[in-house]
Amino acid sequence: MSGPGYVDALDLAAGAVLVCGVITLWRRDLRATVSALSLQGIALGVVAAVLAAHEHDVGLGVIAGLVLVAKGIVIPALLRRLVGHGPGSREGAASINVSASLVVAAALIVVAFLASGKLTALLPDTATHLTPIGLATVLLGFFLLVTRRKAVSQIVGLLLIDNGVALVAFLLTAGVPLIVELGASLDILLVVVVLRVLASTMHRTLGPFDLDQLRELHD
Amino acid sequence: MLLYAIVSVPLCAGLVAAVVPWARWVGWLTTVGNGTVLCLGIVLAARTTNRPAIGALDGALRADALSSFMVVVIGTIALLAAWQGIRYLGVEIEREQSGRRHAALYTLLVQVFVTCMLTAVLASNLGAMWVAVEATTIATTFLVGHRRSDRALEASWKYIIICSVGIALAFLGTVLVYFAALHPLGHGTAFVGAQSHGAGTLNWTSLMAASRHLDPGVMRLAMALLVLGYGTKVGLAPMHSWLPDAHSQAPAPVSALMSGVLLTVAFYALLRFKAIADGALGAGYSRTLLVIVGLGSLLVAASLLITQRDYKRMLAYHSIEHMGLIALGAAAGSSLAIAAVLLHILGHGLAKAVLFLASGEILIVEGTTEIEKVPALLSRRPVLGGIFGFGLVALLGLPPFSLFVSELNMVRAEVAVGLAWAAGVSLVCMAVIFAVVMAHGRHLLLGGAPGPEASIVTPRLVSIPLVSGLVACAAFGVLAWPLQPLLNAAAHVVVP
Repeated sequence: MSGPGYVDALDLAAGAVLVCGVITLWRRDLRATVSALSLQGIALGVVAAVLAAHEHDVGLGVIAGLVLVAKGIVIPALLRRLVGHGPGSREGAASINVSASLVVAAALIVVAFLASGKLTALLPDTATHLTPIGLATVLLGFFLLVTRRKAVSQIVGLLLIDNGVALVAFLLTAGVPLIVELGASLDILLVVVVLRVLASTMHRTLGPFDLDQLRELHD
Repeated sequence: MLLYAIVSVPLCAGLVAAVVPWARWVGWLTTVGNGTVLCLGIVLAARTTNRPAIGALDGALRADALSSFMVVVIGTIALLAAWQGIRYLGVEIEREQSGRRHAALYTLLVQVFVTCMLTAVLASNLGAMWVAVEATTIATTFLVGHRRSDRALEASWKYIIICSVGIALAFLGTVLVYFAALHPLGHGTAFVGAQSHGAGTLNWTSLMAASRHLDPGVMRLAMALLVLGYGTKVGLAPMHSWLPDAHSQAPAPVSALMSGVLLTVAFYALLRFKAIADGALGAGYSRTLLVIVGLGSLLVAASLLITQRDYKRMLAYHSIEHMGLIALGAAAGSSLAIAAVLLHILGHGLAKAVLFLASGEILIVEGTTEIEKVPALLSRRPVLGGIFGFGLVALLGLPPFSLFVSELNMVRAEVAVGLAWAAGVSLVCMAVIFAVVMAHGRHLLLGGAPGPEASIVTPRLVSIPLVSGLVACAAFGVLAWPLQPLLNAAAHVVVP
């Protein structure tokens, strides 16, 4: 793939990653949050696929397929089963309201653009110019992680950070070496499985819970 | 062949443990397996001291003096932890707190954990090293939650969330280093040549060779992310908050492994990246970062230790203090400083492992981790109390233990490079911690009126490994001979 088609496709997919990140901050309904995460995983897979087509890189194409399946389908499915239905599926009164958190999101995106000046200066091309989106996604994930109290929201925050890092890796280096990329993807999948198991064990022993109730350990 | 054996021995022992229900001989098997790792590590150290690095598996594994030193440290602590693990699991099963299947799972996970750490220090590719460090988080999460109490589950949740975030930042840093290596300054892309887009570019040797041509702007961002990211796993401020919970809730042998070696395996990763970043940026940048996180950790440890009422949490905050000291030592960065840092890694590993294992035994016999409720150990349980007392003395950096020598050398090195003010602040923090720990230790060992019960004999299964750990720690403080050449060679790997 080359020419304007490549630039448009890449811009569109990377933009979708960022929009999905903002949606996770906007919506309080956990099912909607997980759906946004799933769309983000698919958009990430598309970014990798577009880059693979542009560079005629078969290995990267395989990675793109794996990312799409793992982050777009498998991980969101694991989370959806954890959310379930009923009253527990909404994020409660958060420490920051929706409009304030959207303002913070805008500020974080500006910060990401400022911070990545050095990266775009080293290799100014289409892909590198999109890296601020990856850093912005990392920052949004951080923000979600520190302001939300539900177990599922925290997992979503962690995955947002991971998607942001993966986006930077694809855009800057067309994927770190194949074996490392595979190992990293496998690791994050295992982390989600472990978190899923932990969350349901905690659900069994403690009943439906907010992480706010976890106050046994403090100084 | 040697490297291959080192990585596979604990894994095989773990697999055997996984297929048979737990029994005493399985515990002995893993102990012997980890002892074998230690012996092979010593052989490896002898073969890499002042000699070229050894490679294996088409260059995927690589051992230089620094890696072999870390293999020796991991082997030592794993041996102690497995040895004490026999007692720990035996008591758990006897009291029906866990079943034999559960114990088998525990043994498997511990051995997988050890294998991951060995892979991390032997990987030649810094990306593969990252994968191995991340894998340790996954293996240890279930071990932290082994007791399945509310507190243990809470601790493992905090642990995996915070450490995964940290390690994701470290991955971002690794990606940026890779990006910088793909586009070196002043050489065009031809410099990396045939290796570009191959696994070669994240290799330690090629990164070190190219370090002077890496873009400083990108490397600044990368090093900041790496210090924050791997610093999370090291337990350095500001991402330390998982550490006291995880270390106090995990079973004692797991706490010993996590505190004694896992923290320093993550620090080993930082030492490698620091060498690369220093090539690109000069020593000043990473020195500033390490001084900030090092002093931050010392201040956190000193201020929070004062309020501790729990002896396992006290030990955990003590780990944050020692990681801060190591970060300051690494900030100095001379070969004297790095040799002292490495000796401190070994000394802290030994002393902390002995103390955590002893605290596990105290928990077994006393049933509580509160300092208030465990007075006068020395008169009631002389051997156990003695081990705990000498362990505290070692950890506080008193002679003859090796931590005294390494702390002294780190301070000397810091003063030599103009960090005297940081060394001064660290000494003040250490003095505060010394006073607090002495007060707690005095109550634990001597305080209160001893109860009516007569002194109880501590089983040899506990006392032999712990006493030998303390003797080793003291020996390394007095004798320079077997270790000094290895330490110097290992320091020269990361100091040009």
